[in-house]
Amino acid sequence: MPTYSTNEFKSGLKIILDNDPYAIVENEFVKPGKGQAFNRVRIRNLKNGRVVERTFKSGDTVEGADVVDAEMQYLYADGQFWHFMSPETYEQISADQTAVSEAAKWLKEQTLCMVTLWNGVPLSVQPPNHVILKVVDTDPGVRGDTSGGGGKPAKLETGAVVRVPLFINIGELVRVNTVTGEYIARAKE
Amino acid sequence: MPPEWRPSACLDVLRLRAQLLRRAREYFEAAGVLEVDTPMLSSAGTTDPHLRSFTTTGTGGIRYLHTSPEFPMKRLLAAGSGSIYQICRVFRDGESGRLHNPEFTLIEWYRVGYDHWALIRDVETLLRTLLGTRCPTAVAECLSYGEAFQRYAGIDPHVATTTELARCAQNHGIGYHDDGAGIDTWRDLLMTHVVEPCLGHTALTFVYAYPASQAALARIDPGPPPLARRFEVYLEGLELGNGFHELADAAEWQRRVKRDLAERYARALPEIPVDNRLCAALDHGLPDCAGIAIGFDRVLMLAAGRSHLGEVLAFPETLA
Repeated sequence: MPTYSTNEFKSGLKIILDNDPYAIVENEFVKPGKGQAFNRVRIRNLKNGRVVERTFKSGDTVEGADVVDAEMQYLYADGQFWHFMSPETYEQISADQTAVSEAAKWLKEQTLCMVTLWNGVPLSVQPPNHVILKVVDTDPGVRGDTSGGGGKPAKLETGAVVRVPLFINIGELVRVNTVTGEYIARAKE
Repeated sequence: MPPEWRPSACLDVLRLRAQLLRRAREYFEAAGVLEVDTPMLSSAGTTDPHLRSFTTTGTGGIRYLHTSPEFPMKRLLAAGSGSIYQICRVFRDGESGRLHNPEFTLIEWYRVGYDHWALIRDVETLLRTLLGTRCPTAVAECLSYGEAFQRYAGIDPHVATTTELARCAQNHGIGYHDDGAGIDTWRDLLMTHVVEPCLGHTALTFVYAYPASQAALARIDPGPPPLARRFEVYLEGLELGNGFHELADAAEWQRRVKRDLAERYARALPEIPVDNRLCAALDHGLPDCAGIAIGFDRVLMLAAGRSHLGEVLAFPETLA
């Protein structure tokens, strides 16, 4: 991988620090009236998502991180790994619990996800913002009640539990926002 | 889509820009300070290891774009010009960000017969003229470099060791790791990250008496500790200018240039031809004077109530 000088710092740039991959969130150039200039950056650790502040002497270089986002189709889980395939190259990769993390509860076979790879190894998995999933368990629906007021918990086919309106029944499809974990609407196949 | 061609500053700000430039010229004219203009391209450059000059190569060889008009203005002073000022564009490679643009406008002036204290009063008057109601009405505050560090970083910058300064930075949550950093790097780190943001919020603030190792071309009082007759002016956490009771001793000037060149060599920075004409002028004799360069764009930014230099430049680096 190339190295980057602080002059090339901009948000989104992927670098390696203390052996971990980071993305630059914000970069500020600071310089006293006379003397040493610095680049003060906020960076996000791509392994755990934590944002930290670091300062570099201007002109210093850091190693770039080979981090790419790839759209991949979720295939199946074997209890230990989640397996994905590139729809273009048919190349398969497996992601561990740390990488899949919260995304696991939204993953249904064939879902297209954004997989972030570092040196070809998955760092994180991002499900689509909206998914359509089947309700596998919930209290019986209340006929005629379409107000949506109140609501009740419903378990979806992937294991996620979301609050749905009272009229939703087992076996129905619902559209859910994976970012907020909220029910959006009833869905057709 | 066509490329972005519109200015990043709104026309009202550009009108204010013109108005403030006119006001600055009126101020100096009324004070009997002569406007001069000196070359932007020069066969010698600044030796300051922390400044990177743009260069260009013409038929006559390599030329340096000035990072400030200081050297030729001092030659004019030595030639008997009396007090002079200049408003010009200067160029500093690698300096870009919210508060930096590699090409920017300086108001630089020298007052013959002034020391740094007299110049501080002069700077205050000009800034009040330019900023109007944007400048706090309170009397300007004068803080020594040592006092500013004591008050805002809780450390004495003149006696603290590199280890103590490093620990102080760590205690302030600064993630900076550099085993090879010299004492002035740590001081600069604390100055920019901890002290500066606190300065100039209730009154225009002048910081004076810098460590001798940061004297640039200021005279040094022997001490102990030896302190430079250099000051900086701050408003709303923003450094607006650097002033000096100017060094007139040619031999001392040569020693400082040699030190700069040694540091450049040690850090593998480009070699810079020394300005022998300035040296000759200092040999001839620089009158006792104090001088300062004010970053005009930053003053305008405060006057216009903006927070980004790009909002007061018609075409900043990214659109130039």
